[in-house]
Parts: sequence; C-alpha cells; structure tokens
Amino acid sequence: MTENHSSDLPVGGETETALLAMADHIADVVDSMLVSCAVVRGEIELRVNPADIPQVLTLLRGDRQAAFNQLIDLTAVDYPERESRFDVVYLLLSMDNNMRMRLVAAVAAGQPVPTVTHLYMAANWAEREAWDMFGIFFAGHPDLRRLLTDYGFEGHPLRKDFPLTGHVEVRYDDNQRRVVNEPVHLVQEFRDFDFLSPWEGMQSQIANTPARDDAEQKG
Amino acid sequence: MAEMQIKPITMNFGPQHPAAHGVLRLVLEMDGEVIERADPHIGLLHRGTEKLIEHKTYLQALPYFDRLDYVSPMNQEHAWALAVEKALGIEVPRRAQYIRVLYCEIGRILNHLLNLTTFAIDVGAMTPLLWGFEEREHLMGFYERACGARLHAAYFRPGGVHQDLPDDLLRDIKNWAQKFPDFINDLETLLTENRIFKQRTVDIGVISYDDALSLGITGPCLRGSGVAWDLRKTQPYDAYDEMDFDIPIGKTGDCYARYLVRVEEMRQSLRIIEQAIDGMPTGPVMEQNNKIIPPSRGEMKQSMEALIHHFKLYTEGFHVPEGESYTAVEAPKGEFGVYLVSDGTNKPYRCKIRAPGFYFMAAVDHLSRGHMLADSVAIIGSLDIVFGEIDR
Repeated sequence: MTENHSSDLPVGGETETALLAMADHIADVVDSMLVSCAVVRGEIELRVNPADIPQVLTLLRGDRQAAFNQLIDLTAVDYPERESRFDVVYLLLSMDNNMRMRLVAAVAAGQPVPTVTHLYMAANWAEREAWDMFGIFFAGHPDLRRLLTDYGFEGHPLRKDFPLTGHVEVRYDDNQRRVVNEPVHLVQEFRDFDFLSPWEGMQSQIANTPARDDAEQKG
Repeated sequence: MAEMQIKPITMNFGPQHPAAHGVLRLVLEMDGEVIERADPHIGLLHRGTEKLIEHKTYLQALPYFDRLDYVSPMNQEHAWALAVEKALGIEVPRRAQYIRVLYCEIGRILNHLLNLTTFAIDVGAMTPLLWGFEEREHLMGFYERACGARLHAAYFRPGGVHQDLPDDLLRDIKNWAQKFPDFINDLETLLTENRIFKQRTVDIGVISYDDALSLGITGPCLRGSGVAWDLRKTQPYDAYDEMDFDIPIGKTGDCYARYLVRVEEMRQSLRIIEQAIDGMPTGPVMEQNNKIIPPSRGEMKQSMEALIHHFKLYTEGFHVPEGESYTAVEAPKGEFGVYLVSDGTNKPYRCKIRAPGFYFMAAVDHLSRGHMLADSVAIIGSLDIVFGEIDR
C-alpha cells in the first residue's frame, strides 16, 4: 500500500513570486468581475461582488492553471458597523498548484448570496451553517435549514450583536415533566472588559489634535 | 395489476445509539432495507466554541481546541498555536518543534487506535476495542507525564510548548514505540483478512476521486481514494520537513481502504516518533520574547520586570496585529484549519474552525444512498467521526 510520493509532490513553501504570479493570473481570469486581488501576508485574497460568486468560482475551478477545485471552507465575518456588514469568505485549495486562496464578498444583512452547492457538494452544509450562525441567505440552496442550533432556535449566534450568554436557557421542569426554555437569568451582570489602554482607546479624539506618532512606545 | 407506490419508511437512528459515535441523530428514509436518503441532525454537542473564543484572549482560547476532537487534543492545539504564531510572526525553538511533532504523532496513533477499534466493534468485532484501549492508556500516560492531563492537555502554546519534558520520558516512549509494531500486527491478524470484516467493509461507501474533492474530504479518507495528499508533506509545518516518512494511499476508496490506510499510518507515525526522539535537539522549549511568552516561575520571584510581564500576560494577554490568515494542519482525521481574523486587540475578532469531520458528516447522505441500513454504520465508522469537532 505504501508509496513514497515525496519526489513528485510539489513541496510547500510557495514563494512570494509564485503567489504574485498566481494572483495576477486570477485577476486576468476573473477580468471584469474583479473588485480587488492581492497577496496579503503570504495569502491570496480575491474580492468580488456577491452576485458574481458562482461565476467566479466556476472560472477558478475550471481554469487549467488556477485549478482551485476544492472548497475547503465557507464562512463569514460580521462587521456590524459597516454598511455591508458581512464578509462571506470562501477558502479554496488547489492541490495541483499546492496553493490556497480566499474569495471574499461583502454582503449586506438580508442580501441574498447565490448558492454554490452545484459547484461543490461541500458547500451544502457550509452554507447551512453560515445561514444558521449569521443569517446570510443563500439563494437557490436546495435545503437551507438550520444546522447546529437547537430545533426552534431564534437568532443567529455568531452575529456580533448576539449576546455571548444567549437569550434563552434550557432546564428540565419537574412539574411539567419536560424541558423548558426560559429567558436567561444571570446572577451577576455579564462582564466584558476591553483591554485597550486609555491612550489607544482615545484614537478618535487624538486624531483631531496635532499628529503624534508614538503609539508604539505605549504598547 | 396496477403498480403500487410504497411510501418510504422514515427511521430515526440515534441520538443515543452506540454506533453513532457520539450524539448523532440520523433520519433515514428507507425503501425496505435500503437507504434512500440520510439526513444527519447534528449540533447536539454544539457549545459555541467560536463565539466563546471571540470573548477570550489568545491564550485562553487554546484549551477550547482540546475539547473539539477530544480523541487527539494536541493536534488541534497545534493548529491554533501555528495560527497565532503566524499572525504574530514568531519563530518556535527547534526543541519545541520536535516535541510538537512527537506529540502530534502520538495523537495520531491515539486517534487511529480509537477509530479502528470502534469501527471494528461497529461491524461486530469486539476484541480489537479491548486491546486498543490498553494501548491508548499507555499513550495517555505519556500525555500526562508531559503536561499533567490525560486528555485536555493545553500543552502546545503559541511560541512553543508549556514545559520541557521530564527525564526518562523520551526513553519510555521509545521503548513503547519498539513494542508497538507487535500490537499493530496482532490487530491486523484479527481484522485485515477477517472474512466478516471484509464482507462488511469491502466495496461499501466508495468515495471516488471527483466526489472526494467536491465533498471536501481530506485526510485518510481522501488518501483511501488514492490521492497522495498529506499536509505534513505538501505544506510542512514545524519539523515535519526533516522527517522521513511515507504517505500510504488506498486504491479502492471504500471502507476497507480507509481502514488499511489508517493501519499503515500508525506504522509511519512510529517512524516519525523514533526520528523525533533520536534527533531531539537541546535548548529552550519556548520563544524567549517576554512580550508574548510569560517568564518562568523562578524568574518571577526575582525580577520586578518579570512579575509585571507575568501579570500583564495572564490578565490582558498579548495583542496580535491586525490581519486575516488561514492555517491548516494534518490532524489525524484530515485537514484541521483555523481561519483567524485579528483586529489588533488581545482577543480574536473571528475564529472559524475548519473541522474535517464536519465535511465527512455532510458526505454521509451522499455515501449511504443505495446502501443497506447496516452499511451506514460501517460508513460512519470508517469516516472517523467525533462530534466534539463537528458540532464545535
């Protein structure tokens, strides 16, 4: 059963130049749908508009040179202060090139994202999870049900405005002889400290005063 | 006579079923004995790890990784440690890299022992489980001697490992490693050519190359389908590029091939363990930068500076520069990745955990269609499913 493939496998440590070349190639392939494409900290990041996602992924998967034929993960990041509050992130892997990249699209709350389940079967549950956790709607998904949360759960837990303690707690009621959901009752107020030093926390106020560039010294 | 349409029977499997490997509820639509559709209901072990990590410092987030795939805890920690190190841009001392590789391989054997033996019991062989758990006990003993805990280790830290290994431990691991091949051979005499075992696994749950890529299958399950892809070789991290080992691959992609791949992987892990012990360098096991790594206990009693660092690091923690990164390791089950978004504070802004088992579970529907009910148990067993990481 054992075969040694160390010789014919492309050994890791993709050089910066190879990444830059790939980023250029991707930008060419995506062409007019491109919003931005860059190599950030040794990783390729491609930004597009959400409506173009299926087409961009089809191109990236089908292109001989890029060949990003594996969807490793699909997730989202919530930035509530932005107008398009979510970043939907597709992490892709190309085994042929031994390269990774991520495809990012900014999505507003309630804005549907076209599904990619017809391109990658892995997207099925990944999109269900993103729907469950963030409330991002994937248009055309064959079976967009909640995945991880309880039956009858309300809200989308990974949104930044969802409290860590949640809204309801579960307990077994001896009298009713069943499990009941009740509003969370905290014996102590939930405490969440930020550890920004008072100087760093005042950046916006400081910005209005004459420029000083000594933030490093206070770290 | 007019053809009669028989409505498929819906059957509930779990959530408390011994072959469900945890809390899996599987709703099966059956046409007689044949599965037409499998709908796994997961999330019964969902603890909100990702949400919790957003409210913890980078160091406090680490123990949550033990609790994901609790069968091989240190491999998960490794992904987190590497992700934070990448974000901070720090190098890990050589000795720490070797210790990590050593313990990751111990974790791999721990995992495969549990998987192979519980898989065997799922398809009717009892003895391997009893034998395998005895060996797991030795390995958890090695965990305990390194970090004080048998399961929830919290041993790998960003910047190295928490403590150096005690004397004699390497010698004992080596002694064990020399005896372990006998165990693998014994295990194989029970299973590999066993008629019942082969009847239950050969040609069951075949994953083709294209399906494997589309389904996001990684790790031994992918290699069972004949793809020589192992992150330890293709994208080596820590000291893996200095280790000499082979990647076993299967040819058929069925449950039996996945079993064979795991057995061979245990042998390869032993090779890595022996190389890691023989080549173990001397030196520190932690990065020396006290802005990130707490000072030693002894130093703390002597130096005011060290005391301040200690206090600051265990309350506030360290700040990680702004940015996004994806870091993956070859965990025993497959590609375990951490997508980390940091915003420059002491807490992660977002941490997405890519668990290999999640995509295996998603594939169960595709794999079990058209199989018999009993085969679904073999498929679940061979995919190596642990709910800690699937539900997160």
